[in-house]
Amino acid sequence: MSFDPGLPSFSGTGLGCIRGGRVVFAGLGFSVAPGEALVLLGPNGSGKSSLLRVMAGLLKPAAGSLAWGDSTIADEPEAHAARTHYVGHHDAVKPVLSVAENLRFWARLHDPHAARAAGAADRALDRFGLAHLRDIPGKMLSAGQKRRTNLARLLAAPSPLWLLDEPTTALDRRSIAELEAVFAEHRAAGGMVVLSTHMDVALPGARELHLDAFAIEEEDGP
Amino acid sequence: MMRFLEVVRRDLRLALRQGSDSIMVVTFFVLTVVLFPFGIGPESGVLERVSAGVLWVTALLASLLSLDRLFQADYEDGSLELLVLTPASLGVVVVAKVCAHWLTTGLPLLLAAPVLAVLLHMNADGFGVLMLTMLIGTPILSLIGAIGAALVLGARRGGVLLSLLILPLYVPVLIFGVGAIDAAVQARSAEPHLLILTGLLVAALPLAPWAAAAALRQALE
Repeated sequence: MSFDPGLPSFSGTGLGCIRGGRVVFAGLGFSVAPGEALVLLGPNGSGKSSLLRVMAGLLKPAAGSLAWGDSTIADEPEAHAARTHYVGHHDAVKPVLSVAENLRFWARLHDPHAARAAGAADRALDRFGLAHLRDIPGKMLSAGQKRRTNLARLLAAPSPLWLLDEPTTALDRRSIAELEAVFAEHRAAGGMVVLSTHMDVALPGARELHLDAFAIEEEDGP
Repeated sequence: MMRFLEVVRRDLRLALRQGSDSIMVVTFFVLTVVLFPFGIGPESGVLERVSAGVLWVTALLASLLSLDRLFQADYEDGSLELLVLTPASLGVVVVAKVCAHWLTTGLPLLLAAPVLAVLLHMNADGFGVLMLTMLIGTPILSLIGAIGAALVLGARRGGVLLSLLILPLYVPVLIFGVGAIDAAVQARSAEPHLLILTGLLVAALPLAPWAAAAALRQALE
């Protein structure tokens, strides 16, 4: 599987974010071209999650804009949703649905061609080592297994842009290595990866964005 | 459309597996209505006079019970973020969730209503119109309720706040629902009441999902 080679780049200019009356970052710009990866770095509270939510379209930036090639993303939120996978802090795994049902629902919602989505969902389960858990209800899963179920969405329905907020949380070493391989394949196919992490995830040639560089100094301390 | 059906199917499956919501709503409806003969005495004349009002007021309260769960579970486990980020418009997702909510709570209320009407000695002329008002009215309750459920997301004591927000908005449904039944029982035409009720449904159908979608986006900011 590979994406259209003419995929434009994903970029943001002059982005600012205000949370709870505090300026988290301002004047932030970034650009990700097809096949590239961007790692967001910075201490807790530096706005990594907020920036990913802005990129996904969950949060409106207080300033600046995001662009997909030449088109502004604010003008076409549904098209942006179709080409994006967002993995947040929560795993969105329903306790009473089985692993396969959970995954298939998200896959079909992303790609309504049900048959195609079901095949891709099975392959995604295999890839993340969940095949033997496919009929287990979500409430029986460990934190790491839930996380893998959530990550399996990435492969269950193809999308070029992956936005991942600390995807390695609760994962063991082997799963992290598998995830790194999945990232490498995705980038080789022309996809883009943006992630925030506190752990070292091997992303050869990834660009780094240090968020503390865009922080605004508070005039009066806490 | 495919996505709409997918969300409806998922919510129905969740409701069936968890099972408690529908049963709780219908049980509340039945138990509360049964309290009235104890409270105001078993004279059939008195019960008949209040039957339409009792059924409708109790149905309103019963439908409120399950509303705070409409978006709350999805909000807590992160599903709501992903639902907002689906390529379908959020309004479609909201309509699908409301549709599933009505099928699991409104429809059981509708089916239980005639049995309880017998218990309250409702005049047989009112039965058809009772069913009709419930059929038109309960979807309005789910639709308006969705706005409230979206607005109270993340609030503490959301259930109580939800009642305060939503009950005043239910008043027109109550007035015209009861009005239609009373008219039918007194051998007058129920049509004007039913038409206004249908008008309310037609107005709520596009407006409520739009408002609820805006509230959901706000809740996730």
